Amino acid sequence: MSYAIQTERLTKHYGDRRVVDSLSLQVLTGSVYGLLGRNGAGKSTLIKMLMGMVRPDAGQAELLGQNIDNLSNCTRARIAYLAEGHPLYGWMSIDDAARFTRSFYPRWNDKLFSQIIEHFELSRCQKYRRLSRGQQAQVSLALAVAPEPELLILDDPTLGLDTVVRRDFLESLIQIIQRQGHTILFSSHILSDVERVAERVGVMVNGVLRVDCPTDTFREQVRKLVLEFSGHPPESPKIPGLVSCRQAGAGLELVLVGYDDAQREAVEALDPRSIAVLDLNLEDAFIEYTRGPRRSLPSFAMENDDAQSTRDQGAA
Amino acid sequence: MEFQCDPTSRVPIYRQLMDQIRQAVARGRLRPGVRLPSVRTLSRELVVNPNTIARTYTELEREGVLHTRQGLGVFVAAPQADLSAAARRERLATALDRFLTEAFHLGFSADELQSAITKRIRAFQFADSVSNT
Repeated sequence: MSYAIQTERLTKHYGDRRVVDSLSLQVLTGSVYGLLGRNGAGKSTLIKMLMGMVRPDAGQAELLGQNIDNLSNCTRARIAYLAEGHPLYGWMSIDDAARFTRSFYPRWNDKLFSQIIEHFELSRCQKYRRLSRGQQAQVSLALAVAPEPELLILDDPTLGLDTVVRRDFLESLIQIIQRQGHTILFSSHILSDVERVAERVGVMVNGVLRVDCPTDTFREQVRKLVLEFSGHPPESPKIPGLVSCRQAGAGLELVLVGYDDAQREAVEALDPRSIAVLDLNLEDAFIEYTRGPRRSLPSFAMENDDAQSTRDQGAA
Repeated sequence: MEFQCDPTSRVPIYRQLMDQIRQAVARGRLRPGVRLPSVRTLSRELVVNPNTIARTYTELEREGVLHTRQGLGVFVAAPQADLSAAARRERLATALDRFLTEAFHLGFSADELQSAITKRIRAFQFADSVSNT
């Protein structure tokens, strides 16, 4: 069993804020890992530390078995990175970008690069800054994939892409996954994409990796319980695995991780009139898990506009 | 056969596909000996991790619905009578009890159920199953 990525208590502060907090994670070689988290949770900083663009304040990390502090050029040539926002030099043509990128890698599959470019109906002489956002993303992907890297690290690769381009991108990713032994780590906000391709997910909350498990497990373990009470619902119920608790009318909405006998007993001990246990899909599980305790918006007061206006006209 | 997957469902994708294949076999749309698409082909068509497709096929093979022929692919298995008649009847009784319980809670009478079942069997287009007592 080998790991393409291994981190041990990786930490980064900005001022007195812990942007990445003692993060330990392992990604098995040949697997696809989805890194999830709300904006500002620390995903990009973690990825930048792995790529050597940000220096950690504490902790260690290894890529393809080598410490990130002294990655050999040989190892670097087996890793490709797609940065957030697909930055590239605007003045470069697609062909310039290809020649620039391939100079860093001993292995370059130009046929594959051409295939991807042609599939998206681009020509090599087009200048990068003239391309649309979606086209830039596609070029970025082609550049990341052509060196046939063993490890592909993608930071929010579908940010700002339209639905169709996102699907195209995902299809390209599937083709890469089908080549055995390639490892992919990607961060994303599109949970349905993650459900399709990631075998394992990690969820970062305020710099901490709070979840690290198979995608199915995360989805199955997060449950929403809707409790109705005859009287006043309890304020802060003590239930093992409780993520959040929200008052909803005369009831409570609880979000739990797991639902074993101990938890069931604790819920029943609150003496609710009824208990409804809801399974969630991946997106809802993620939302409920990362939403925070007091996130329901206050309901907007609706005015009866018709009644008001006739009255006003009369007054005028 | 057209496969579909819904990545926004509460049901994991591999189980959605398993249900679709099982149903297609039950309805005779996938006949014994028919070859299923390769893992690569299906994962590309559905835009889903190939491991998910592999898991679908593995689980169905374990259930005896599919079987792999080395180098040739994954095929629909011939219906096997590997359970004794008594075991099969017992399993059916359990499944029926579950169904009848739900039907009761939905408020149906025994007579209504009889005709509903008859109609449904006709619409389902039951495939030829292993003829056994």
